[in-house]
Amino acid sequence: MNPLDRYEPLVDDVDAFRAACDRPLPSVVRTNGIKASPDRVREAFEAAGVAHEPVGWHDGIFRLPDGNPGGNWPHAHGWTHGQEEVSALPALALDPRPGDRVWDACAAPGSKTTQIADLMDDEGTVVANDNNLGRLSALRHNAERLGVTNAIVTNQDARNFSLKPLAFDAFDRALVDAPCSCEGTCRKNPDVLEEWTLDHVHGVAGIQKGILTRAIQATRPGGTVVYSTCTFAPEENEAVLDHALATEDCEIVEFDLPLETAPGVTEWDGETYDDSVTRGHRVYPHHNDTGGFFCAKLRVGGAEVAR
Amino acid sequence: MTGSDAADGDQEPTNDGQRFDRLPETPADREVAGRPSREEVLDWWETRFGIGREVLDGYSFWEKGAGKVWVFNGEAVDPSRVEAIGMTFLRTRQEHWKPTTRAVQRFGEHATKNVVELGPERASRFLAGEDQDLPEWDGDWGYLIVSHRIAGGTAPIGVGLYLYDELRSVVPKGSRADLPVVEE
Repeated sequence: MNPLDRYEPLVDDVDAFRAACDRPLPSVVRTNGIKASPDRVREAFEAAGVAHEPVGWHDGIFRLPDGNPGGNWPHAHGWTHGQEEVSALPALALDPRPGDRVWDACAAPGSKTTQIADLMDDEGTVVANDNNLGRLSALRHNAERLGVTNAIVTNQDARNFSLKPLAFDAFDRALVDAPCSCEGTCRKNPDVLEEWTLDHVHGVAGIQKGILTRAIQATRPGGTVVYSTCTFAPEENEAVLDHALATEDCEIVEFDLPLETAPGVTEWDGETYDDSVTRGHRVYPHHNDTGGFFCAKLRVGGAEVAR
Repeated sequence: MTGSDAADGDQEPTNDGQRFDRLPETPADREVAGRPSREEVLDWWETRFGIGREVLDGYSFWEKGAGKVWVFNGEAVDPSRVEAIGMTFLRTRQEHWKPTTRAVQRFGEHATKNVVELGPERASRFLAGEDQDLPEWDGDWGYLIVSHRIAGGTAPIGVGLYLYDELRSVVPKGSRADLPVVEE
């Protein structure tokens, strides 16, 4: 079966949803503020005759209609990073500040880690973890190309991540950009639809719950945890949040994203979820002509402690 | 110390290439033979490229691998259990220290000397990894910062090695690219 069929009851316009999923995605690059401003990137693109369009909702993100995001001087200088529009959302939701201690639990290949470092002005500490050593080398390459100096790279299972190697015992913010079924990337990689199975959904949901739980535990009271995936499956989104609400001291908070989104769903396949999961954002491909995505923001419970 | 003392595992610490160790502050603080000190690293950037100590003051420096120095801007760690801290910065433990391409791209804009600015056509050849004759350079030999004009300013491209009227590109293979010439 095509897994997109099962999400038709969730979307407002089935035909537009299916049509968008069938279209390839444009190349998109994000400006790396550690090395350049959006104006300088634009100027360099213009001088080189590289076609580029602003995405409209963010002045540092450009669509490149002719593709080849790596074939230009801004890329060679590490001024830009090829990154799909929706992939830029979780770091914006996380909203890290210079000096923060941040955990990126599933960090490879580093698009979000490097964006987090950029938002921190490369000051403070971002701990980029991934359990896959091979994918960590891609992360290292990207971090060096973009000139990130405030990242620590670790190779642990995020579900029982140890802060022992670190100079502190809690994070201010954590991002769980979880491994998932990835149907939201079907415009880039249609194979994900062929390879999709319900067994995998249930298996990976267990991993997601374990990682989100650990992220909440490793973040200080009053701190922020962002949970994101590129799947439409409620089993991997709202159900994972519902599990965290039931087992950990945390709440889902309202937040704005600069794109058109739909709220999280409270019912799916005979299950019901806590009402606050509607504060999560579902991003459907037909709403903004992007990939598909899910993003929610949590506040870790307890009184805020200053450090 | 005699050779037999060393073989007996006397207390002299040695460099463990598999882990990160923080550089000592000064040569007098050095415990591991051959390890550069923070002072020497800061001096080197200032002497070679005129990059002032204030530019690098907030960073810490670490060695992992033989002579490979990393630059880090976060809070210090127990170095034995991490894959990377910050970025690779400088190759030491050799006669001529060599900055990394990425370090030059990140910090090279602060350089005031030993910077060679290439025109558009030469810049593209350099990024592609080509060596080129450059007899008109009358500055130092050795490792130089190679830059070009782009988008209303200059930007460092990478590291060149200047010897006998020739500028060699030492841009690593994975970072080379064949880009069209962009006239300013």
